[in-house]
Amino acid sequence: MVGILIVSHSKKAAEGIYELTVQMAGEDHRVLAVGGMEDGSIGTDAIRIKEGIEKADDGDGVLLLADLGSGILSSQTAIDLLEEDIKVEIADAPILEGAVSAAVQAAVGGTLEEVREAAELAKQISKLD
Amino acid sequence: MASKIYQCIEKIGNDIIENKEFLTDLDREIGDADHGVNMARGFTEVLAQLPKDEEDMGKVLKKVGMTLLSKVGGASGPLYGTAYMKAAGAVAGKTSITLSDGKEMLEAVIGGVKMRGKAQRGEKTMLDALEPAMDALTKAIDEGKDTEECLEAMCQAAQEGVEFTKTIRATKGRASYLGERSIGHQDPGATSSLITLRAIQAFYLDNLK
Repeated sequence: MVGILIVSHSKKAAEGIYELTVQMAGEDHRVLAVGGMEDGSIGTDAIRIKEGIEKADDGDGVLLLADLGSGILSSQTAIDLLEEDIKVEIADAPILEGAVSAAVQAAVGGTLEEVREAAELAKQISKLD
Repeated sequence: MASKIYQCIEKIGNDIIENKEFLTDLDREIGDADHGVNMARGFTEVLAQLPKDEEDMGKVLKKVGMTLLSKVGGASGPLYGTAYMKAAGAVAGKTSITLSDGKEMLEAVIGGVKMRGKAQRGEKTMLDALEPAMDALTKAIDEGKDTEECLEAMCQAAQEGVEFTKTIRATKGRASYLGERSIGHQDPGATSSLITLRAIQAFYLDNLK
């Protein structure tokens, strides 16, 4: 199953998005979250993101959803640091809606590409119409 | 006795830590007021973790990069982390360097920052200090200047680059949200790059000359 890695500057935001995502995805999922710095302060840590990618992967690849600014830069750095050959993509999607869509798609057995498309589709869905 | 490369990193780290408030104040004007705090936190950890007696510059610089990646927290973490790791690659296995090795390191650093930040010179970033510094260093080496003159030319150009960042608007990072209002303020990342180059120059003058 494609793994989903949620990356936020905030530990609490990452945990909250994780909680919601897992609720929507159902029991069978490979969702992980990395939030904040090791000491709990606000920030992103490329080394911990790299470890998160390794844990989230079972061979089918990992879709990464990140928040702002260094969320993306640290995630790209983490991908460059990988020693193992893991398929990883960063979704160009809102982190919460993207994670939920991606996890649902992954749970029904989507490929990394399909899971990424599901996440990115979340960007276009209107909440008011 | 601590290795030369340790002492040089110690000088850089101490200068960054000393400028914590200054860098944070600059970042308060156009960013999220964390550059100094983040860089100081990163280098405090670097100084605590770095092996004092390791002579291999590649190993030491890689360790600096990895530590910054995980301890800085903001965008300067992956940017400076990548910069140090690229510098490490340029001097792997070396225990001392020549000016042309230094130039290769700077070239690798610039390549890494451009790749990571998807930025070019003129966008009010670190590159506005580093690229002019590189050009000036190359020119001084080509003209056959001695090390002291080359380092001064490099730092002078970086200084002018920092001044130049006051005149341009930011198009990268959080400062880009300010658009025209970012004009008039010097870039914190270009400033911390200048502090780094000045620290290397000072280390050379005090210890290696």
